[in-house]
Amino acid sequence: MKLEATGKSGIWQKFGPLLALVLLFIVITVLNPSFMEPNNILNLLRQTSINALIAFGMTFIILTGGIDLSVGSILALSSALMAGMMVSGLDPILAILVGILLGAIMGVINGILVSKGKMAPFIVTLATMTIFRGLTLVYTDGKPITGIGDSVMFQMLGRGYFLGVPVPAVVMIIAFMILWFLLHKTSFGRKTYAIGGNERASRISGIKVDRVKVAIYGLAGTMAAIAGAILTSRLNSAQPTAGQSYEMDAIAAVVLGGTSLSGGKGRLFGTLVGVLIIGTLNNGMNLLGVSSFYQQVVKGAVILIAVLLDRKKS
Amino acid sequence: MQIKMHNIYKAFGQNKVLEGVHFSLEAGEVHALMGENGAGKSTLMNILTGLHKQDQGTIEINGKETSFRDSKEAEEAGMAFIRQELNIWPEMTVLENLFIGREMVNAFGVLKTKQMKARAKEIFKTLNISLPFDKEAEFCSVGEQQMIEIAKALMTDAEVIIMDEPTAALTDREIEKLFEVMKGLTKKGVSLVYISHRMEEIFAICDRITVMRDGKTVDTKRIAETNFDEVVQKMVGRELEDRFPSRESNAGDIVLDVKGLTRKGLFEDIHLAVRQGEIVGVAGLMGAGRTEIMRALFGVDQIDSGEITIEGKKVSIRKPTDAVRHGLAFITENRKEEGLILDFSVRENIGLPNLKSFAPSGIVKTEDEMNFAEMMIKRLHVKTSSAETVIGNLSGGNQQKVVIAKWIGTSPKVLIMDEPTRGIDVGAKREIYELMNELTERGIAIIMVSSELPEIIGMSDRILVVHEGEIAGELLKQEATQEKIMALATGGN
Repeated sequence: MKLEATGKSGIWQKFGPLLALVLLFIVITVLNPSFMEPNNILNLLRQTSINALIAFGMTFIILTGGIDLSVGSILALSSALMAGMMVSGLDPILAILVGILLGAIMGVINGILVSKGKMAPFIVTLATMTIFRGLTLVYTDGKPITGIGDSVMFQMLGRGYFLGVPVPAVVMIIAFMILWFLLHKTSFGRKTYAIGGNERASRISGIKVDRVKVAIYGLAGTMAAIAGAILTSRLNSAQPTAGQSYEMDAIAAVVLGGTSLSGGKGRLFGTLVGVLIIGTLNNGMNLLGVSSFYQQVVKGAVILIAVLLDRKKS
Repeated sequence: MQIKMHNIYKAFGQNKVLEGVHFSLEAGEVHALMGENGAGKSTLMNILTGLHKQDQGTIEINGKETSFRDSKEAEEAGMAFIRQELNIWPEMTVLENLFIGREMVNAFGVLKTKQMKARAKEIFKTLNISLPFDKEAEFCSVGEQQMIEIAKALMTDAEVIIMDEPTAALTDREIEKLFEVMKGLTKKGVSLVYISHRMEEIFAICDRITVMRDGKTVDTKRIAETNFDEVVQKMVGRELEDRFPSRESNAGDIVLDVKGLTRKGLFEDIHLAVRQGEIVGVAGLMGAGRTEIMRALFGVDQIDSGEITIEGKKVSIRKPTDAVRHGLAFITENRKEEGLILDFSVRENIGLPNLKSFAPSGIVKTEDEMNFAEMMIKRLHVKTSSAETVIGNLSGGNQQKVVIAKWIGTSPKVLIMDEPTRGIDVGAKREIYELMNELTERGIAIIMVSSELPEIIGMSDRILVVHEGEIAGELLKQEATQEKIMALATGGN
């Protein structure tokens, strides 16, 4: 009896979100056929890339049973630092790499506070969210940083195309492939699931739980900073309020993708689907001329329905 | 109350769990229900208490055919089921726990604390127990929590109380207390169904015994008319060799030498040495500090002072990772909380402490892991449909074998086993004992903590007895008796 139940939920977990995405595609296309035009699909992919990068990192954290509210602020702070470095004449590529490294360090700080400090991830990242945002405002003096030069390489990152595909979408796909491999094929990924499934048993099995957690929060910081680099390039500036409430979209995508907030269960592919569902909702409703106020209502309702379906099966 | 369950059948999907079970219960008797894991005991009791409905068969209560629609109805009819996992709200007080879900309130919904206290006092008096009402349940011992459950059952005027492995986590003193309470209850006409794997207890307290095997009743007998061997034989359905396989001690050099291990308030100045191929049993009452010593030795908890030497080299163990690196392995007393990742497959669980060898470059070689898991499954006779089965779906005995399998893979020098056969049926126990012999033959040293004295005496080459955080004495296999161990464990000589 038990076996049957897990089998069923496995199928839902794997294909439920995907089915929802396909349905969404069909409905929107029927209502407005221009949705399916190649240009719009590419546009959709570009729009989702930033949320996707953040949500990929968030997936690892949520799999351990944690949460990261600070990713939006990490995005903003690393974006501001990158822009600042470029304005002061640093090579754009170097500025981006240093910015990403700083984002990783911010994540590592989260990880150390969570694991060594033994504090709840929600509280830790709520605090660092405020701190990193505050630092962004201090650094930018509350004003956008502009005039970051005209390096083609840098502009490509947010606005360019590679073989006809927007570069942000390419970055998203590459990141997905690397992180999918990391999560599902390496011992690091196995440890991520183990910690979320049973932290005490993992510790006693000799897993360096603290170290893995620090690495995972560092990874989430890195992903947020990469998203920050893309956003900076697209806007050709760093905004002090960039990335606000991005953590919520990322968490929503992870949950939509079937990952359990209590950890241990979920897949990266699900998150990709979750990101695409949110992106498709945004894009589709814009095409259909739904007011942005109503869009929020719909998005919230979709999350509720998804979680409800997820509960029903168990 | 008199109950007759007649020819009960029950299947879950394809899985036939009960196939013609007969069970009867007289007023005021203690009736033992025995059988290996998966024999159908729990399902039968779940049917009696209204959680499941039988597919076929009848239940008669006081001669009248009855069926319960749900557990609420069964409760109203006087049935209570005290499960192994106690139904206790740890943050709530004793009083709040007693009245949970059936608080006494006035017309405005305000709690009538005074009346509840009076009622609770009454019940405690009949049970002859005393517990402060405002104590939070998490600070009560397991024995006390069990008393809360019994009191709760009595408050619903239960006439039948079913207890599933009630003594699994109790100290000997608490067991005595429980038995006293049970005797008191039967005098009042309450019937008790007692599910346990512990033979000694069953013969001490029960009036009749029903043995189940593979979903059928094998036999019901008065306890005076049967004996230990007969019961075991009926449970496993074959002549069982002795409960413990014979073992020859061929201890080699000292592998692990612990000196002066101290964690203030829990244990002090522990000296302990194990030789290659030796089994050292660690006995003592629950709460004496046995488990705490093992946890500290493995780096789960910190020590205040002490020295650990492995194969002549002084080592520092601050966390489990260190212990694993130095060749220790730890099978904890609670496999679900600390031994296994329940959502993982058998393969993934076995692989967990061995990731270094299966993923030297960081990429898991699933095929190697799979081969190893399959080999272990075969060698340890784990009953599972495949290595990919989620471990949570296996029975307790098979889960325990997987815990052992995962540590064997690390080729440990010293294997620490805390209550290695708790909650496991007789057949699986024997297999685990045989496995221990096999491991010691290969030179692995084993430290076995156990609350079951026959197991300690049957399997250990040497026995250490812990009393209130200190080692009270050491006994050799030849001189050990249950009486001598108990005397040391309780602080006598």
